[in-house]
Amino acid sequence: MKFNLRIAVPLLLLAALALVPVYAQLAQQPFYLILFGRIVIFAIAALSLDLIIGYGGMVSFGHALFLGLGAYAVAICSYYGIDNGFAHLAVTLLLCAGVGMVTGVLSLRTTGIAFIMITLAFAQMFYFLAVSLKQYGGDDGLSVNAGSRFGGVTLDNPTVLYYTAFVVLCLCLWAGRRLVQARFGMVVRGARQNNRRMRALGFPTLRYKLAAYVVSAMACGVAGMLYANLTHFVSPAYMTWTTSGEMIVMVVLGGLGSFFGPLLGTTAMLLAEEGLKALTEHWMILFGPLILVSVLLSRRGLYGLIEDIQLRFSRGDNVQESEA
Amino acid sequence: MSLALFVMQCLNGLQLGVLLFLMAAGLTLVFGIMNFVNLAHGSLYMMGAFIAASVYNHTGSFGLAALALVPAMLALGLAVEYIALKKLYDRDHLDQVLATFGLILFFNELARMIWGASPYYMEVPDWLSGTIDLFGITYPAYRFLIIVVGLAVAGGCYLLIHKTRLGMLIRAGATHRQMVGALGVNIVLLNSLLFGLGAILAGVAGLMAGPILSVQPGMGEPILILTMVVIVIGGIGSVRGAFLAALIVGVVDTLGRTLLPALLRGLLDRSTADTAGPALASMLIYLVMAVVLAVRPQGLFPVKHG
Repeated sequence: MKFNLRIAVPLLLLAALALVPVYAQLAQQPFYLILFGRIVIFAIAALSLDLIIGYGGMVSFGHALFLGLGAYAVAICSYYGIDNGFAHLAVTLLLCAGVGMVTGVLSLRTTGIAFIMITLAFAQMFYFLAVSLKQYGGDDGLSVNAGSRFGGVTLDNPTVLYYTAFVVLCLCLWAGRRLVQARFGMVVRGARQNNRRMRALGFPTLRYKLAAYVVSAMACGVAGMLYANLTHFVSPAYMTWTTSGEMIVMVVLGGLGSFFGPLLGTTAMLLAEEGLKALTEHWMILFGPLILVSVLLSRRGLYGLIEDIQLRFSRGDNVQESEA
Repeated sequence: MSLALFVMQCLNGLQLGVLLFLMAAGLTLVFGIMNFVNLAHGSLYMMGAFIAASVYNHTGSFGLAALALVPAMLALGLAVEYIALKKLYDRDHLDQVLATFGLILFFNELARMIWGASPYYMEVPDWLSGTIDLFGITYPAYRFLIIVVGLAVAGGCYLLIHKTRLGMLIRAGATHRQMVGALGVNIVLLNSLLFGLGAILAGVAGLMAGPILSVQPGMGEPILILTMVVIVIGGIGSVRGAFLAALIVGVVDTLGRTLLPALLRGLLDRSTADTAGPALASMLIYLVMAVVLAVRPQGLFPVKHG
């Protein structure tokens, strides 16, 4: 079998992520569990966003809404003393599916810029709704006293939470790949390229796009649920448009519509953020231009870069093969 | 609620509306002609406010601050356009959103480094600190000045766009960019000019808002989002639409903030109503925008084609 960088790099990254708790234990640095836990959780969120942006061509500028919904589902449940993880999961999925369905139906009436703005509008609405819920902390947020408990396992333990998130990420990667390659994914991708032609072929594309939007919302909700367990705290800030913006940065930095892209992008972005924070207090003065330069230089993100390198390697092989 | 208070709130709404128009006018033209999404417009507003506040606090002259602001903003706008944004015109919206998002982070941090994280105060000049009498309603003179300046700029924009050659090119560019380019007009230069003009208007908005809001890093984002709402409601690329939508958003937002808590007080207990009211009022304009987009995706007052 030929060595393939496009598969090898992401698999190496996944293997490294799987070993983080071991390393954190050995190096006595529990902080790493939190940092990489954030990376894994945001990778799930970015993956869900990539499904609609990269494959569906629906640029949502309000996806943090669903992250916030998942987080608030956990926080409000535990506020009332419900710490059953299955209940948290059910509430999260139902809530995200419901809100995703309603906002999706309305948003998908528009395309292009109008779609970007309307998704932003919905996220802002829920942001202000969360601010107005004084009972649940309002602007100050709400702390999560008891994490989700699945039978005998609670997500309060950082290592358990980390591996749960990691398994969810792997599941999402696997399911996402199946979904995109299935007939459903073909229709969604077709609609991105030429909606009119797909409709002429007899596909009710709106329904497919809506389904993709709702699936993405639910996956992002699960990320939010895990995130609330990681930080033991929720606040309306989870739903701000800057969070949505950062999620888009993660997806685009990794490479749109590429399968492992969001994982690469999230890791690169959060590690760069952490590295620059260690370097200087004014890390954003470097981080902002870094985003700008990465957009100016590359059109296909980190995954595109890996593909280019792979192409350069395999070109040599192909020449030899054709000569032989 | 008394009539006087209602009129007062309408005037406050008008004042917010004209501020939004100052922001929206420049943004909608760049949006319309180059099909370019510029999230960093809020940062230009912030930089304008900081520059004006610095000059004002050092010299004590409001007029001098205004005078210094215009060339500074023009230079800043042209520099940003030349260095960062020029290459992004033919990219898709996603890249533009991303690049300008990076610029926001940069400018916020820059402002924090130069002027510090705490709010930077700029006082209302003495000669404007009084009130004026408008048909029996006393209204702060400075806020009235904002309305006057805003309306004057709106009038100026109307004259520029409908009565001058430059305006003709702008209108033509907004409808058929390629065609205008093919007829030998330097559309790139035209756009740079528009970008500079938009930067000046955003700076003026920052100058006018400085004394009534706090000047601090990150002040550009809330108003940027409101401006986006205005542009989308008004119809992208339409200055007339931006003006009308700015007034609608300004008045709806201001009245919502006053009326909604009062309304909620009838339903909920007082402390809950007082916190929930303003937050729900903030939702109001997004609700308006969502309804407008769902019913008329092209906006209420779109540019007429053909």
